[in-house]
Amino acid sequence: MKDTLKIADREFNSRLFIGTGKFSSPAVMQAAVEAAESEIVTVALRRVDLDNPNDQILEHLDPNKVLILPNTSGARDHTEAVRLAKLAAASGLPKWIKLEVTPEPRFLLPDPVETLKAAEILVKDGFNVMPYINADPILAKRLEEVGCVTVMPLGSPIGSNQGIKTLENIKIILDLVNIPVVVDAGLGKPSDAALAMELGASAVLVNTAIATAGNPTEMAKAFKLAVIAGRCAYLSKIPETKDFAEASSPLSGLLR
Amino acid sequence: MSFKKVLEKFDPSLTKHKIDQVSDEEIEVLLFKEKFSLDDLIPLLSPAAEKNLSKLSIKAKNKTLQHFGRTIKLYAPLYLSSYCRNSCVYCNFNKKNKTARRRLSLKEAQKEAQILFDYGFRHILLVAGEDPDFINREYLAELIKNLKTKFSGVSVEIAPLEAQEYLQLENLGLDGLTIYQETYDHKVYREVHAGGSKSDFWWRLATPERGGQAKLRELGIGFLLGLADWRVEGFYLGMHAAYLMKNFWQSQISISFPRIRNIEASFRPPQRVSDKNLLQLITALRLVFPHVDMTLSTRECPALRDDLIGVGITRMSAGSKTSPGGYANAGQNESKQFSLEDHRSPLEVSQSISSAGFDPVFKDWERLFDREKL
Repeated sequence: MKDTLKIADREFNSRLFIGTGKFSSPAVMQAAVEAAESEIVTVALRRVDLDNPNDQILEHLDPNKVLILPNTSGARDHTEAVRLAKLAAASGLPKWIKLEVTPEPRFLLPDPVETLKAAEILVKDGFNVMPYINADPILAKRLEEVGCVTVMPLGSPIGSNQGIKTLENIKIILDLVNIPVVVDAGLGKPSDAALAMELGASAVLVNTAIATAGNPTEMAKAFKLAVIAGRCAYLSKIPETKDFAEASSPLSGLLR
Repeated sequence: MSFKKVLEKFDPSLTKHKIDQVSDEEIEVLLFKEKFSLDDLIPLLSPAAEKNLSKLSIKAKNKTLQHFGRTIKLYAPLYLSSYCRNSCVYCNFNKKNKTARRRLSLKEAQKEAQILFDYGFRHILLVAGEDPDFINREYLAELIKNLKTKFSGVSVEIAPLEAQEYLQLENLGLDGLTIYQETYDHKVYREVHAGGSKSDFWWRLATPERGGQAKLRELGIGFLLGLADWRVEGFYLGMHAAYLMKNFWQSQISISFPRIRNIEASFRPPQRVSDKNLLQLITALRLVFPHVDMTLSTRECPALRDDLIGVGITRMSAGSKTSPGGYANAGQNESKQFSLEDHRSPLEVSQSISSAGFDPVFKDWERLFDREKL
């Protein structure tokens, strides 16, 4: 059975998104993206030079192989986020935007009020909006209602490698919304990514855990395999956990 | 409550006593810690911590890697004017110094900026001596408006302004301010800043707060290493950073480590701060503030700067000239604010960063002003 991820009008084979920050060089980033076989790669607009046709980050990404998903990292309110998104579109990047509004520079937690405002404006302007949010189920619903194409709840603060601390709320989001849920931020190791996929997340986004690993290429591969394993387990319908032991070979057959 | 009220609660001699009294046992506890708090600053800055500095600096390196990845941001200073009404004893721009002075016209400043732009810089720091006759609000407004059509980040290191003035400049695109308190020791401050508006310790101390009120994106602080006991100063700097983070939560706080290097203008720094001391200061502040950008300028020599890549430091200047017009007129004997130790070109510094396994980052924000295509 073909199991592709559909977001807006595009289909993707990979369910692992890669962030491009924190790598030791654009070449190392490129190798990691290739090893991950990722098809959605997010790029901070603050880091790329849109006026420079030879920008090092963009030069290392092939738009025929990956969707370059610009993000509004660093925006402090909806006005800045909207301006950044429009700049990206004006410079020829696809009209997709990973919306990040993080007014507090230390924990980089997303501002729900400003994110919703920006999302409404950008959706009306024709963008495919993928908002980064705290794992707030009601906010996720509100963003779905205004027309976002995914929601991207955080597992734990960005770059923290703490894994999925927002587990219960992510379960509620998965239960409530009808658009793809991409678990973003805080996934520190492949098993965290596998857990998100086992829960039923449509995809995960990883950056720090790969970029700062001793061997980013191998870690990218490990995340790829974990995402495939987690997805496969989810599709195979994971048996429920039980309070008591249950024999693998039931006795009932022998007693008949 | 202003930071003045916080600072007044701490007696420098008592703080020094506490730092000196830290025991080896207290330091051993720190070696097993993963999360550090402000309470750890005193032991981290103590003489007792020196024995375990290598272990602590490895922890600091790991924290930097986790929060900033393998990247070092680059910027350059642009000196606008060497006219100054102050008489800071450690500075070549001291009004008492009989030296050739210069203020760049707007056109000259833009020419200097273009040179930096061509080197690849997208973040610049405008620096000027403190004399409102030469660097006034109109001049700054015009210059910032113009520079923001090109540069992603424009910050100032100039005479302190009123909050309203910062707000006006912020509206034109100013991203941040850098202001060194020079020393948090009131007594030493008075001794080295005898004349001019800079002699007002409290007005200067509250400058980052006024920048925070104007919602500047970045507030850079620091003290001049060599004026007073660096351990005590490090403690106050940490308190200052923590205060600003709590009260101006939307501004990014950054810390610089300007160290008096060369003895010039007959000034001998009263306190010696060794390379090892500098490493301890950076390590202590990094462990307590894992998210804060930390800057090391070309005041320091190439070998030390290369060694400190990734050990707390996340931002560096490169190819700097510290006299107005210094980029266009390289080699001319203009009055420099201070002497530099790292004379490598921006390209050479970038290459050193790459060789250390880090990505030199010239652009880390997007200019949102005057984009015609919007």
